[in-house]
Amino acid sequence: MLKEKRAKDIDAILAKYPSKRSAVMPLLYVAQEEYGFCDEQAMREVAELTALDPTEVKSIVGFYTMFFEEKTGQYVIEVCDDLPCALRGADEFVHHCEKKLGVRTGQTTPDGKFTLRTVMCIAACDRAPVAQVNREYHYSLTSEAFDKMVDDLK
Amino acid sequence: MDKHVLLRDLDVPNIRELAVYEANEGYAAWRKALGSMKPEQVMGVVKDSGLRGRGGAGFPAGVKWSFLPKDVFPRYVVVNGDESEAGTFKDHELIEFNPHQVIEGVMLTSYAVLASTAYIYLRGEFYAPAKMLQKAIDEAYAAGLLGRNILGTSYSLDIYIHLGAGAYICGEETALLESLEGKLGQPRLRPPFPAAQGLYAKPTVINNIETLANVPPIVLNGAAWYRQFGTEKSPGTKIFCVSGRVNKPGNYELSLGSHTIRELIEMAGGTIDGRPVKGILPAGESAPMLPASALDTKLDYESVQAAGSMLGSASFIILDDTVDVVWAARKMVRFFKHESCGKCTPCREGTYWALRVYDKIVSGNGSLQDIDQLSDIANGMLNKCFCLLGEFATSPILSTIKHFRPEYEQFVREHQGGRADGYRDELIRDHAVHVLPEESITDERP
Repeated sequence: MLKEKRAKDIDAILAKYPSKRSAVMPLLYVAQEEYGFCDEQAMREVAELTALDPTEVKSIVGFYTMFFEEKTGQYVIEVCDDLPCALRGADEFVHHCEKKLGVRTGQTTPDGKFTLRTVMCIAACDRAPVAQVNREYHYSLTSEAFDKMVDDLK
Repeated sequence: MDKHVLLRDLDVPNIRELAVYEANEGYAAWRKALGSMKPEQVMGVVKDSGLRGRGGAGFPAGVKWSFLPKDVFPRYVVVNGDESEAGTFKDHELIEFNPHQVIEGVMLTSYAVLASTAYIYLRGEFYAPAKMLQKAIDEAYAAGLLGRNILGTSYSLDIYIHLGAGAYICGEETALLESLEGKLGQPRLRPPFPAAQGLYAKPTVINNIETLANVPPIVLNGAAWYRQFGTEKSPGTKIFCVSGRVNKPGNYELSLGSHTIRELIEMAGGTIDGRPVKGILPAGESAPMLPASALDTKLDYESVQAAGSMLGSASFIILDDTVDVVWAARKMVRFFKHESCGKCTPCREGTYWALRVYDKIVSGNGSLQDIDQLSDIANGMLNKCFCLLGEFATSPILSTIKHFRPEYEQFVREHQGGRADGYRDELIRDHAVHVLPEESITDERP
């Protein structure tokens, strides 16, 4: 249970707001850190902590792209292929990522290590192509840099 | 402008550290305000400076603050760090490399409107930069600059960071408030405006990160000092984000109205291989694309508007003559379709159908009538959407057809009945065309 495992973090989050409901997104991040994705159990626990109906929590999970409703790979690689990055080779770069990982965008490698996704602009167009791996930025990527990163994480 | 007002990280190494910031006039405005200024005096100097909101709308910040009703408490300051407009990455640099100036701006704003709680809403993808900003906030608490009875006065203030979770719409201020309240990020009907009923239905000031970073130097040096930069109607300096087909993409801080678009591109190292500019997007994907004939437009709110677009967040995406305008327009429409919150029908349905038509054209199945169809869809959305997102979505469609219609016609003719040529991978990724059974990802690109 999150309540036992992350008691300190949960209390700190709830203390930031006059309304419990405001804590729903920060708590979903906590749940996702613990469970890897927002499954039924995670959503029920967050609902209880925020005094919301589980359905309402589910609608939040569905609305925002950074909450995962299904199990992902250990590393979620999110490559921006929006216009500013695409003007600097992002489409070719994503194609390289697909080839290197052997999966199409949206899929997870069979060993469960990597999920490849594309995302809209992530505010780093000056250092394109850019990707995030588990929410950490990786700037000015090349095919070689990507291969090395993936090999290091394997 | 010999020194940066905002991107001071470029002049002072390690200004992100509290000791370095304080050794370079950091928190001097905060000490000055708490020591010798009444809240209304802080508001007054910001009003006199003419500082306009840097998030896109350009509304005068001090005037916005003065709309708060007199006797309603508590009241909140909410900082918009959602920074999701494509091509915008200025707040990202500020919170990573000059975070204390942002925090000091939040403090001064909170003091000016007598708020005792401020929330900095950052897009979820700023998870790592947020940690750096939090470190700076912790330093400020430890130094007694934040918290209870700050610097021995009766004023207390808490600043909290709140992370979004991937939704462009949360940059719209009322959607941001909904999101901060733990709801879907969908815009609210106005009035009431946030100044009257904002966060938790209390009086609320919402400003962009860059806007608030301007406040410390204004309070420290005065309105007249600030007005030496910029123009009468657009005072001060502004960070211009330059991306796309240039040699040195990055943030460039300039006095408003001091340079032209052409000079900005030159500062960014010129275009790659010196190719001619084809199109300019002055405010990310939201404002109409300008053709190369607009290169000598001055960089201030009024001039860019007169040229037929908007300065907005000043995120310049540069397209050279190697770029296919139809492809670029599809990318932008895809963005808005993805980011439409679904609340109102014109935006939700309009972006969906517009993307369908672009997919049809780019996959080689378009006809000349489809170009008119796109205009029809965009005109069906224009002035009918609940918030600006839907209105913005019409910009890439209408402006590219207006300036580059012959390119659309040529694209339709050249790609007729094709297999989408170089665009196939991309269309497969976006589920716009189906993968053929014989196609594996290792296939060489056509």
